[in-house]
Amino acid sequence: MTRLISFLAHAVYMGTPLLFGTVGEIQNEKAGHLNLGVEGTMAMGACAGFMVAYKTGSLWLSILAAFLMGALVSLIYAFLTITMMANQNVTGLTLTIFGTGLSNFIGEQMISASPTGNLKLPDGVMSSLKNIDIPLLSKIPVLGEVLFSQNIFTYLSIVIAVIMFIYLKKTKVGLNLRTIGENPAVADAVGISVVKYKYINVLIGGGICGIGGAFCSMVINGGVWMANSVNGLGWIAVALVIFAVWNPARAIYGAYIFGAFMVLKYYFPKNLGFTVPESFFDMLPYLVTALVLIITSVKKSRERSQPQSCGINYFREER
Amino acid sequence: MKVRRILALVLSAALAVTALTACTSAKDEASQKSADKQTTTLSYDTVKIGVIHIGNPADGSGYTYAHDQGIVGMQKELGLKDDQIVRKNNVSDSDPAATETAIRECIEEGCNIIFGTSWGYMDKMESLAEEYPDVYFCHGTGYKNNGKNLNNYFGRIYQARYLTGIVAGMKTESNLIGYVSAMGSENSECTGGIDAFAMGVYSVNPDAKVYVKVTNSWYSPTEETNAAKALLSEGCDVIAQHCDTPNPQLEAESAGKWGVGYNTDMSKDAPKATLTSTLWNWSAYYTYQVKQIVDGNWKCENYYGGMADGLVDIAPLNMDICTEDMQKAVDEAKAKIEDGSFNVFDGVIETNDGKTVGEEGKTLDDATITGGINWYFKNVEVK
Repeated sequence: MTRLISFLAHAVYMGTPLLFGTVGEIQNEKAGHLNLGVEGTMAMGACAGFMVAYKTGSLWLSILAAFLMGALVSLIYAFLTITMMANQNVTGLTLTIFGTGLSNFIGEQMISASPTGNLKLPDGVMSSLKNIDIPLLSKIPVLGEVLFSQNIFTYLSIVIAVIMFIYLKKTKVGLNLRTIGENPAVADAVGISVVKYKYINVLIGGGICGIGGAFCSMVINGGVWMANSVNGLGWIAVALVIFAVWNPARAIYGAYIFGAFMVLKYYFPKNLGFTVPESFFDMLPYLVTALVLIITSVKKSRERSQPQSCGINYFREER
Repeated sequence: MKVRRILALVLSAALAVTALTACTSAKDEASQKSADKQTTTLSYDTVKIGVIHIGNPADGSGYTYAHDQGIVGMQKELGLKDDQIVRKNNVSDSDPAATETAIRECIEEGCNIIFGTSWGYMDKMESLAEEYPDVYFCHGTGYKNNGKNLNNYFGRIYQARYLTGIVAGMKTESNLIGYVSAMGSENSECTGGIDAFAMGVYSVNPDAKVYVKVTNSWYSPTEETNAAKALLSEGCDVIAQHCDTPNPQLEAESAGKWGVGYNTDMSKDAPKATLTSTLWNWSAYYTYQVKQIVDGNWKCENYYGGMADGLVDIAPLNMDICTEDMQKAVDEAKAKIEDGSFNVFDGVIETNDGKTVGEEGKTLDDATITGGINWYFKNVEVK
């Protein structure tokens, strides 16, 4: 039983960076932009968040820095795809390579400037990253330990996901945004500023991804800088968008299911008389994504499919 | 629109043509260079060394850092200039195309000796060694040797692991010791290391168990953290590791437990947790190898150095959390390993599935240690 609880708590922990990445990417795709640069955006957020925490010792400043850096990197993407009409897939992939590389480069420079030869976050930041028990809620058996005894990033990710859900589904601006994702020409015709909406949402989406990156460099890596800290989680987030059928609320449990897949191999009992190859566990998240893709495309539900104009740049004169 | 498409077509055609010509001229140059090489002998002023790293030396810790410190040490020892060392960093060893590109780039830049530091470079190094008979290829951690210009190098890291096992066995309070391993029982390097460590634990604390979790990756910050987290949740209070990042140590530190690092002294990263570390001193090998080649003594033999050669060692115990008794026990065992009276895999060894390995009065031979340990010592449990 304790093994099961620690497994579930670990799944939520591992789902946290995925949730940030997924919610950020959903916002991009709702604006009609398939951003494959999540991995790079997260890497840059990881770098900015870590370095600011390292220099200032302030957790909140570092989260803000991660958000701003994510938004800044997305500005490159936004300018290239929205204003310059560059191919979205290529731009996104370029951003992944660029972001990961630049993040590692800055890390290298900082390490060689450090007298100890490594970068370790101050104790103050580390103690504010410890798990926080939410009063009352953390006392609920099982659920309390799994969900309400986590670190600050996990709570923040849930809050952001819920806000994004309300924004997309319940507000007028959210409706406008969804219209742009489905059919920008229609939105344009009714007087919605397509370009402005796209810019704002791509930037905010990138910022959210950036915070997820900060989780990787600051929490997963235990407060010591390491190259490639995002390590492919950004790609899983892109896959998770499909699993969550473009809904930030579904992304919450989707992220935890994927988090569970990622840590399952460390908790799967080994005394069952048969062994499951490690590679099988590594494959699981992608296998499930493939299955979801098949199921959603067979069902062909309007609500639960990719925004129709996602991936296609909107060029007013071609209307 | 039409004009734009035609323009794009013309431009891409032009690009393709220039790329092709650039390729062919580069090839000519390369063959020209290798032709030159046959007539000149190597000297310390002209020898050029290519190093293929799986990570980044600037990580400041871990496997690649340890190797690069070895290269830096060798460079100092032999007085080589900075431009005589060519580094290719972050070359994934599960990506044959990236490996090949990195090695070819080294050769085009005029390297005479290529050091490939990671397991997965092995097959590419073998095929490129055929193609470039004038270049010396030295591959770390694998087992291949073509008898001409490809050899293999590694060391008896298990000796140091045995010593760290003693420290872990004396420190544990829950009698559960975690071990984050990169690979499973099919990999003799990892498995032999776990066994040596577990034998060290057993020698001082027969009641303690060693729990192993496999990440299935040589370098993955996320996986290594996850494995350590899971081990801690099962009650382990010392986390040892055979993987590249200090994450297991940091995870142990934030849980208020202890650990045993690998590759470099990880007490730098986790001063409150790391009891000691299993160390590589690669400069001992790199200096030896470059000297042998440049002095014209290349025999294409495999290198398998140990503690007596100064290649492997145990980091100074972290006396804030270790005791004098541990130091004494380590020193005694170390003396026996260095004078050759104890070789870790001596005599009959009991495995965790109730079988035995080895014979009374004998030690496992090197071929078995490098490639044939696929069993776990009796106090090991794969979790």
